[in-house]
Amino acid sequence: MQLALFLIFGVLAVAGAINLLLQRHPINSALSLVVVMMSLAVLYWSLGAEFLAAAQVIVYSGAIMVLFVFVIMLLNAGEEEHTTGSRIAYVAGFPGAAAIFCLLSFVFLSERKAMGGTDLGGYLSHSANNIAEISRLLFRDLLLPFEVTSILILVAILGAVVLARKEQ
Amino acid sequence: MSAQVPIAYYLVLGAILFSIGIAAFLIKRNIITIFISIELMLNAVNLTFVAFSHMWHQVSGQIFVFFVMVVAAAEAAVGLAIIIAIFRARQTLNVDQINLMKL
Amino acid sequence: MSHLSQFQTFLLLSILKIAVVLVITLTAVAYTVLLERKVLGRMQNRWGPSRTGPFGLLQPLADGIKLFLKEDLLPLAAERPLFIIAPIIALACSLISISVVPFGAVQHVKGVDMFAVADLNIGLLVILGITSIGVYGIALSGWSSNNKFALLGSLRATSQMISYELALGLSLVGVVLRAQSLRLRDIVDSQAAHGALSWNVFGGFQFVAFFIYLMAAYAETNRSPFDLPEAESELVAGYHTEYSSMKFAMFFMAEYANMITVACVATLLFFGGPASPFGHLIPTFGGAIVQAVLPVLWFVAKVLAFLLLYIWVRGTLPRFRYDQLMSFGWKFLLPLAMLNIIVTSLVMALRG
Repeated sequence: MQLALFLIFGVLAVAGAINLLLQRHPINSALSLVVVMMSLAVLYWSLGAEFLAAAQVIVYSGAIMVLFVFVIMLLNAGEEEHTTGSRIAYVAGFPGAAAIFCLLSFVFLSERKAMGGTDLGGYLSHSANNIAEISRLLFRDLLLPFEVTSILILVAILGAVVLARKEQ
Repeated sequence: MSAQVPIAYYLVLGAILFSIGIAAFLIKRNIITIFISIELMLNAVNLTFVAFSHMWHQVSGQIFVFFVMVVAAAEAAVGLAIIIAIFRARQTLNVDQINLMKL
Repeated sequence: MSHLSQFQTFLLLSILKIAVVLVITLTAVAYTVLLERKVLGRMQNRWGPSRTGPFGLLQPLADGIKLFLKEDLLPLAAERPLFIIAPIIALACSLISISVVPFGAVQHVKGVDMFAVADLNIGLLVILGITSIGVYGIALSGWSSNNKFALLGSLRATSQMISYELALGLSLVGVVLRAQSLRLRDIVDSQAAHGALSWNVFGGFQFVAFFIYLMAAYAETNRSPFDLPEAESELVAGYHTEYSSMKFAMFFMAEYANMITVACVATLLFFGGPASPFGHLIPTFGGAIVQAVLPVLWFVAKVLAFLLLYIWVRGTLPRFRYDQLMSFGWKFLLPLAMLNIIVTSLVMALRG
């Protein structure tokens, strides 16, 4: 069951990411990223992080990506054209990304035995609930970082308003 | 029914997504798409955090992901505001044409 | 059925539940349209549809056949794939959220809960998440049809839905604080002690949250008085200007299915869900079947009352202006929702 979930949504995530790379129009790239995020949300759920799965859907795909789509619609951005700069990026980009991928997956796969596997346990039923655990940690031990992030968001709101306002 | 999935597979999936994000970041010329590929990289890292938090049976990794999401939201708000401001001034979203600061 | 394994029983019963709930929801959507036309007609001193069948009861069927048989137009300059996928996203999102709604008391048949399609421990967050995905349907439909009115309508709808989502989410925090769970069954159980007196809206002192939720939800579903995205006098028909035939019908159905979802959630969170308003005042009567069906009837009655409220509001209130809509959401509803959270948590901390 878990393997099936992983295979289906892992393949979906990779397909979405590759589509992001290949599409020329920004709105198509944004929508492929939404597909990636939704499949990642399912994977989070299968890893026992159901609160994060919901937060991923609500915050990432429901708010941040909607904002992206909204801005793309607002600016009416067309398809991108290729320039001389992008050719250099092609030459440097693909080998670099491939090298990083090879390095990372070599490390992960060689340590495969040590890291063990996932067990579904009571996660997909109702017995285990990690929301209480998360909130206890977040609102007791990590209260200061939590408050600091809320200040950060306030600053970001003000910054966004100032930056996007039309100058008189 | 209870076929286990090695944690390493989740990490490799994260690595694949991260590399695609890097490639998209380098190749794409549209500033919004570049921003989108940054979000893809953040998501890939989040997946590894959740996988590790599952591996160690601790929720700290999940809380880190939570903070990453919050920061990503703030980043998206400011970044998109900057993009709108740039578009107003230059009428283009191509990063190769936004090069006033270059010699 | 004894030769089936546990998993097979679960699968079969789940498919059965999904099919029944889907059919009932789609029928309810069709008849909500009729109800709206009838009630609105009476409010405006006319009959409403009355020719098709007895009392016009076959009108939804006739409308459906008409929409099926119409020509499916596709604008030449439209973005084809997005244009086609947008109504599908809208309808799918509005139908999926019904699946986490428990519409009856807990009733296990062979270990499967029969009166809820899926009983998730984060049911409330799932509903919020699916609602926020539904924005894409509207945003993409306006953008992909390559029409200025549609684009303006979808820009309006998107910004309105993003803005009111905050107030909507925050208004529910008080209820979650009281129930100490995000599971919809737990939230219902937390209000079941003394009938109507322990419902969140009365005994839980969440009536402020309830009104915030109601207003924000009206804006989320793009219904009157917040129906600016489809303001006929300004924007032709808003985001679905270029849609026809089945694709238009899908948007139409999505709107009414969203109404039903909002009514279900309001019932569950503030009005005790399937619990009877009399609590234990009336003695239990009838057999096990009556006791199983009675909560479902209560639930349907409450949802119906909310749908009637929707129609009543549409028949009564004029449309907001756009700047009024935005300042109402950001400067009134959002601070009020935050205040409600603070007061609720203070009271709970002092009591507990």
